[in-house]
Amino acid sequence: MNRDEDFVLPDGKVVRHGNFERIVHWSVAIAFIFLFLSGLALFSPFFFWLAAVFGGGQFMRLLHPFAGVLLVLLFYPYAWRLRQDNRWTPTDAEWVKHSVAYMEKRIEFDDTGKYNAGQKLMYWSMVPIIAVLLLTGITMWQPWFAGAFPAPLRRVTSLLHAVAAFVMFIGIGIHWYAAYWTRGSIRSMVRGTVTRAWARYHHPAWFRQVTGGKDR
Amino acid sequence: MALETQDILRRSATTMESAPSARSFRPEVAKLIDLSRCIGCKACQAACMEWNDLRDVIGTFQGTYANPIDLTDQSWTVMRFQETEVDGNFAWLIFKDGCMHCAEPGCLKACPAPGAVVQYANGIVDFQQDHCIGCGYCITGCPFDVPRLRKEDSRVYKCTLCSDRVSVGLEPACIKACPTQALTFGSKAEMRELAAHRLVDLNARGLAKAAVYDPSGVGGTHVFYVLPHGERPEVYGLPRDPSVGALVGFWRSGVARALGVATMFGVLVAGILHYMRYGPLEVPDESGGAGGKEAQP
Repeated sequence: MNRDEDFVLPDGKVVRHGNFERIVHWSVAIAFIFLFLSGLALFSPFFFWLAAVFGGGQFMRLLHPFAGVLLVLLFYPYAWRLRQDNRWTPTDAEWVKHSVAYMEKRIEFDDTGKYNAGQKLMYWSMVPIIAVLLLTGITMWQPWFAGAFPAPLRRVTSLLHAVAAFVMFIGIGIHWYAAYWTRGSIRSMVRGTVTRAWARYHHPAWFRQVTGGKDR
Repeated sequence: MALETQDILRRSATTMESAPSARSFRPEVAKLIDLSRCIGCKACQAACMEWNDLRDVIGTFQGTYANPIDLTDQSWTVMRFQETEVDGNFAWLIFKDGCMHCAEPGCLKACPAPGAVVQYANGIVDFQQDHCIGCGYCITGCPFDVPRLRKEDSRVYKCTLCSDRVSVGLEPACIKACPTQALTFGSKAEMRELAAHRLVDLNARGLAKAAVYDPSGVGGTHVFYVLPHGERPEVYGLPRDPSVGALVGFWRSGVARALGVATMFGVLVAGILHYMRYGPLEVPDESGGAGGKEAQP
């Protein structure tokens, strides 16, 4: 899937994330940062000062659900495109078993594809969590939709929305750290390319696929 | 705006619980609604609209005398008329609906906007629309389904118990208009006494199950009822045992907020500690290649 976008450039760099992926990724990131900070302001008075950053409480409250819909509209087409590369494989089960060793930099797997199991776990947690946030968010969306749902239901969905948001934050937090920790990752999502050495070291199976099996 | 002549007991979405309360000796006020005396004339409803300068749209006939059929951002009190059976007999029940001014208000608990909901020392729960952000959490938090969001300005409105009148020693407009003393206003203690007298009277007249509706699940209310059919508050549309509830209680609790903050700090601290112990994950140098070094910081 999408192998047409992953190829080796004449200068030896390997294209890992095409223009579409990078633009969508950073758009989702910006939407998430706004959503999380504005949600935080609505969640706790300790963070309500953030409302001033987003044009005041009224405007921030108005904007939040629209940004949420934008994130959903960006995220799911993006996720659909990445679905093949995020298929769960036996190697991934192995990776999870040795995830502590991985975090301690003691192990790499020779048949890790474009994404390792940690990245796939991130992917497969975001797919349902964003759906939960969307559905619960619609029940809270004033003034257009919330009135259609009874208050007892909204009490459940409002709590779920907050819980899902913090679960999402844990996922994104790990994602941010992993990107920073794994040198070359941020560059791959900013510039789109990685070095051959990086590709061969972190994602050998993907590297072989991209280079047509020439694992130099 | 907050009325400076009234002390604030509680303020929504504050990080510190204490509010200015030098005059907290103010007695709690209450409106007693004796439904056995209510004739459904709607004078209270008209007086409310007049004093608060409200203009509801003209509705359509819904099969009862209620008009409008429900509370709105322009109708802060509504007379409801229900035809039902109580103890095998037909009953035409008249009910004055509106904010209960709970001692433990779910709206105030749920509100995320600092100072948009306040509770005065005299017990009145008031919305400060200039602080309101239109999220509707108060509607979710209210056990009585009272606040109404005005679509035109995305602010929430409800009965103020005429906090502006009460603060200068007047009784609420609805009280002034009631021709049968179904509505009375005074200190909560006085109103409790009056309610007890009314119960004795009703019991003597054969309404043995008449009761006071002042639900303890919300800490008691500053608008409370004498119900002729007190054993069945549901027939009036009142919840039997209202409370803010565990869901809203937890959602808007300090514990939930602490858990949220702990989550964020947990991720941050875990990241810092991991990096301190293990450092960055880099491609080993011996792998060589022209680009190998570029993966390094």
